[in-house]
Amino acid sequence: MNLPWLESLPLLVDGLLITVQVAVLSSVVALALAAAAGLARTSRYAAIRGLAGTYVEIFRACSLLVLLFWVYFALPFLGIELSKVTAAVLAIGLNIGAYGAEIVRSSLKAIPEGQHEAGIALNLSPNERMLRIILPQAVARMLPPFGNLLIELLKSTSLVYFITLSDLTYEAMVIRNNYYTWTPHIFGSLLIIYFLLSSCIFITFRLLERKLTAWR
Amino acid sequence: MWKWDYVIELLPALLQAFGVTLGATLAGFALSIIIGLLFAVGARSPIVPVRLTVRAVVDFIRSTPLLVQLFFLYFSLPMLTPFAMSAFATGVIGLGLHYGTYMSEVFRSGIEAVPRGQWEAATALHLSKRKTWFSVILPQALPPVIPMMGNYLIVIFKETPTLSAITVVELLLTAKSEASITYRVFEPYSIVGLLFLITSLLFSLGIRYFEKRYFGGHIADGGGKR
Repeated sequence: MNLPWLESLPLLVDGLLITVQVAVLSSVVALALAAAAGLARTSRYAAIRGLAGTYVEIFRACSLLVLLFWVYFALPFLGIELSKVTAAVLAIGLNIGAYGAEIVRSSLKAIPEGQHEAGIALNLSPNERMLRIILPQAVARMLPPFGNLLIELLKSTSLVYFITLSDLTYEAMVIRNNYYTWTPHIFGSLLIIYFLLSSCIFITFRLLERKLTAWR
Repeated sequence: MWKWDYVIELLPALLQAFGVTLGATLAGFALSIIIGLLFAVGARSPIVPVRLTVRAVVDFIRSTPLLVQLFFLYFSLPMLTPFAMSAFATGVIGLGLHYGTYMSEVFRSGIEAVPRGQWEAATALHLSKRKTWFSVILPQALPPVIPMMGNYLIVIFKETPTLSAITVVELLLTAKSEASITYRVFEPYSIVGLLFLITSLLFSLGIRYFEKRYFGGHIADGGGKR
């Protein structure tokens, strides 16, 4: 079979690199925000809880694509100009981070009260209780939903197409313009590439889960 | 900085587009329920090839971006099949298919929560497959998952701006074209952002109220997006 559009494969590889770059950077931002806001929501101080709660409510209620538009096109009017990659990473990170914070909060809440009490009975300091008793159990609970969330994140990187950042989706559109009759092939392949990327995340989290729950 | 007379000038067009957004949301939601039910029942089929195919399809759709699916439906289907659909219809089908896979998970959890004895009782009463599903299982499986379905109504609502990529003239695309006339993007995009924010906060308040009122507020306490 002769597939002329495959001559443009290097473009797709460039796009893949951008997609992976945006996905990795925004995962870092999202995970940091999720950990910070999730922990803050269990804080003793009402002000910290309130602040984290407001962040989660607002960014979960916001449409990611609209947020991306706002960050990239509207913020320059306030004197803040961001590069395409920064805008994408910021918008995706803020949005996914809010969902992640809920996972962190609910996993921490799910650890039985007895574990805290046992830590106190063993005279462990609050830091030791958190790091050695609570977190290892909570992280094991967080892994499956975080795997799903990172697949959502990967999928949402395709939205950077709208701010003309040349990711996989954008490059596929460029290739389509040159090889119009191959449209179904090009988009079909694009779907398969995204599926393979998602599968990588899925498999990684399965392995991590097996490793981190070995003590069970 | 913020010009109110420009805002007033923008509002009629934006509110009209908001109608399109809501229309796409509701149509997509309705379709996702139908498709979700088909997937959920199909994934439990006693015929192995059917079961495996449905699960594979659900997995594939869930693992790929809605945007790319919309492009595929809008640009490729007319080349592969004799059908050509309007952008709005394509958008609704895309939303319905994509969130149908999420909805099937919601229904699956509802169906699995129905006690085994109900299936056995239906068998003992010699009910047909159809009767078992429609008169015994689904009436018990569906009501507890209504709040979770409501959450996906909000998710679908927030996802409708993606439809602008295939030229559905919804809120975001309207804001974009208004901004391209005046070169002032701050007001239109901010208004669109606020409209989405306020509407989804109101939706979720509504769902929480409904949940408290009818379920004692403990069913849809899930944190994640899924």
